[in-house]
Amino acid sequence: MLKEGAMKAVEASVNNSVVDPLKWHRRLPKLNWRGGFAVGAFLIAWHFLVLLKAPGFKEISSPVEVLQTFINQYLGNPNYWNSWVASFKRVIYGFVLAQVLGIPLGLLLGTRDTFHKLVYPVIEILRPIPPLAWVPISILFWPTTELSIIFITFIGAFFIIVINVHDAVRNIKKEHYWLALSLGASSGQVFRRIMVPSVIPSIAVGMTLGIAVTWNVVIAAEMIASDSGLGRLTWEGYVSHTVPVVIIGMISIGLAGYLSTIVVDYAEKKMMPWRTTR
Amino acid sequence: MTAKLHVLSSETNGESQAAMAPRPKEGHLSIENVSKTYDPEGARVVALHNCSVEIAPGDFLAIVGPSGCGKSTLMNIIAGFDNVTEGRVLLDGQLLATPTSPPKPGSDRVVVFQNGALFPWKTVLENVMYGPLVQHKMTRAEAEERAMDLLAKCGGLDKVAASYPPQLSSGMQRRVEIVRALINEPKILLLDEPFRAMDTVSKTTMHQHLLQMYRTCRKTIVFITHDLEEAIYLADKVIVMTSRPGTIKSTIIVNLPRPRTPEMMLSTDYLALKAQAIASVHEEAKKAFERGEREHA
Amino acid sequence: MEASWWKNRKFWLMWAGYTGAVVLWYASVKWLPIESFNRLPDPWTVVWEWFNPNPAFGISIFTPNYYVHILYSVYRATSAFALAVLLGVPLGILMGWNRTFNAYASALVGFLRPVPPLAWVPLAILIFPGIEIAVIFVTFLVAFFATVMNTYVGVKSIDPDYFRAAASLGSKPRDVLRHVIIPGALPNIFTGLQIAMGAAWFSLAAGEMIAAQYGLGFLIFEAYNLIQFPTIVIGMATLGIAGFISSAGIRVMGNRLMRWREQSFGLKG
Repeated sequence: MLKEGAMKAVEASVNNSVVDPLKWHRRLPKLNWRGGFAVGAFLIAWHFLVLLKAPGFKEISSPVEVLQTFINQYLGNPNYWNSWVASFKRVIYGFVLAQVLGIPLGLLLGTRDTFHKLVYPVIEILRPIPPLAWVPISILFWPTTELSIIFITFIGAFFIIVINVHDAVRNIKKEHYWLALSLGASSGQVFRRIMVPSVIPSIAVGMTLGIAVTWNVVIAAEMIASDSGLGRLTWEGYVSHTVPVVIIGMISIGLAGYLSTIVVDYAEKKMMPWRTTR
Repeated sequence: MTAKLHVLSSETNGESQAAMAPRPKEGHLSIENVSKTYDPEGARVVALHNCSVEIAPGDFLAIVGPSGCGKSTLMNIIAGFDNVTEGRVLLDGQLLATPTSPPKPGSDRVVVFQNGALFPWKTVLENVMYGPLVQHKMTRAEAEERAMDLLAKCGGLDKVAASYPPQLSSGMQRRVEIVRALINEPKILLLDEPFRAMDTVSKTTMHQHLLQMYRTCRKTIVFITHDLEEAIYLADKVIVMTSRPGTIKSTIIVNLPRPRTPEMMLSTDYLALKAQAIASVHEEAKKAFERGEREHA
Repeated sequence: MEASWWKNRKFWLMWAGYTGAVVLWYASVKWLPIESFNRLPDPWTVVWEWFNPNPAFGISIFTPNYYVHILYSVYRATSAFALAVLLGVPLGILMGWNRTFNAYASALVGFLRPVPPLAWVPLAILIFPGIEIAVIFVTFLVAFFATVMNTYVGVKSIDPDYFRAAASLGSKPRDVLRHVIIPGALPNIFTGLQIAMGAAWFSLAAGEMIAAQYGLGFLIFEAYNLIQFPTIVIGMATLGIAGFISSAGIRVMGNRLMRWREQSFGLKG
């Protein structure tokens, strides 16, 4: 035990994988010149494939063209930024709603045996239905398109979080309960001190997966059924055959998804101060 | 306590009281002035400082020291998983490690790992046959015959040949791992705290198994442990290491006769050796402990 | 055990749950005075339509058209999935095995992955000749990323001692690949394949809705446009069943291939 910690640190840093949580700047990856090279090569290849009119690239525009269109027509265009807002709104509503309803349901399913046996099989049946298959029913049901898109987004993240929380509760070690009970903990304390911390990592996983699915769903739903948002922007680009817009849409969506991932990651770190490395 | 030990010994020793196998011709290991420095991200750590050890062919060497004293580093260097910063390591006069050569593991120095590294996706038999097969030293039939033979010799392990390792007890797993090493006829067998996670009784049994294997197929053995009693009981020579930088503090020659039996642990010779070793380790452990306390404060 | 299934509490509760859900559905559609619910098809109509030799809206288990849609979807999902596995597993293994390669590849993957696969639909239609390939491509894309990432994580999570042991026993790189990397990463690969299969159905349904002429996704959306509401639910249910069967198939195959795991830890399929 003596210097296990220190030695482990040495061994691990030899394997180049441990990061000191206190020195956050070390967490920044070293400049990966190979990665930069790969991405650069990708862009250049794209550019020249378009210039040479390679098969499949005849109708695509080059990165330079895309950038020009973006700067000239979109950067200062309020409609473009409204698309961002519209999509983000839907993602946030759907995602937050899924967490707010999904986490308690997962906890209930994990702790109440009768409830579990009654409800879980139904969830198992509904879960494999792809979220977007709900689109028509959702449009039918909800009075506005906005609500139906939020509903579909919600479906996308909901089952993921329910299953993750449920599995986590069921996997809590019996010893932890026993320990708490033998120390005279009340059921409220068991819930707060044992259940919640054990479930948080799974909530985090569910959130990471959920946010990605949410963006996916929003984009598709917007393409199918909406008149605003980044998905719509992309689709309109396609319909009006302005390829740079399609690509601007894709990149914006990628960026938006990436930004949300960063926010979710940050929230997870706040939720789990005891986890130093990931 | 004596009675219990006695029962154990007669049980495990009963089957073979064969004489010690003759000293092998190969397996002369010399570690000359080896130092090892890790320098990741600018934090320089000296893991080993100027260590020299000489092991004659067929000798049983134990390396003892507190956690983090560099004994695992030393073993990684011998095994060829890591290179040296200074000095050199020779096996039978051939260079194994120099500061300029890349690390090169080989089947002439097989390792038995602390936490066990039997492939869980292969059966016991497949695990044992693995070495000879990938080196194309034997045909499948030969390897199987040899493997079953060795497994049978090592306390009836042939009965579990078709099992997967996680189904076995940790003692059995460790013995299978030793067999997996022995089938390659290595010049040196490297054992990295193999009995660390075992209870006292299984450990005692494992000691007898190991000693019997050593008696019948004698090899140079490098045995790493933090348990002094174990080291003195098993080895011909015990090296006590100090931590940070890892250096060799003292060398204890164990002249207890072989075959060793658990009763020897009560003999005056053994106790004297133990007292001598404890004295040299104690101050080290204390120093390391205090340093550890300070670092964690 | 088998003889006493009727004494099993779990069994009864499960069916109580199913029945409750169906009754709830029926009640809310038929009796609730809320218009939103009244617009939906009730379970009885759906089942009646689904198992009717003369369906009102042309799709039931007795009509060949139903199976044409299923076959189209299954064909697209399978070919996209197969392609994803064929390319994704080797790529993931290579990324886990070789640091230099990983530096190149992971940057590209990280660059392309944030774009949700469905955002590729318009571009895919432009790049590929024909909508068929575009839909398969989009389906492939999701499955591919899931496979690559999980395979990579699988290789990375192998205990380094196994690599050392293999080296110590005289393995060549080829042996390490065959005897350590592949079996060691297999559990994660199969997790990845299950995720990939789910993701493939997910984006296939969307792709078909947006751009295809046949398939279950198309069926659902077409039924919506033609106000054939029970058919929507038939399509959804069929998609669910197809997704469920395919991931169960992968699980069974995984357990076959990893018998060592099942035996050692008592995992049951």
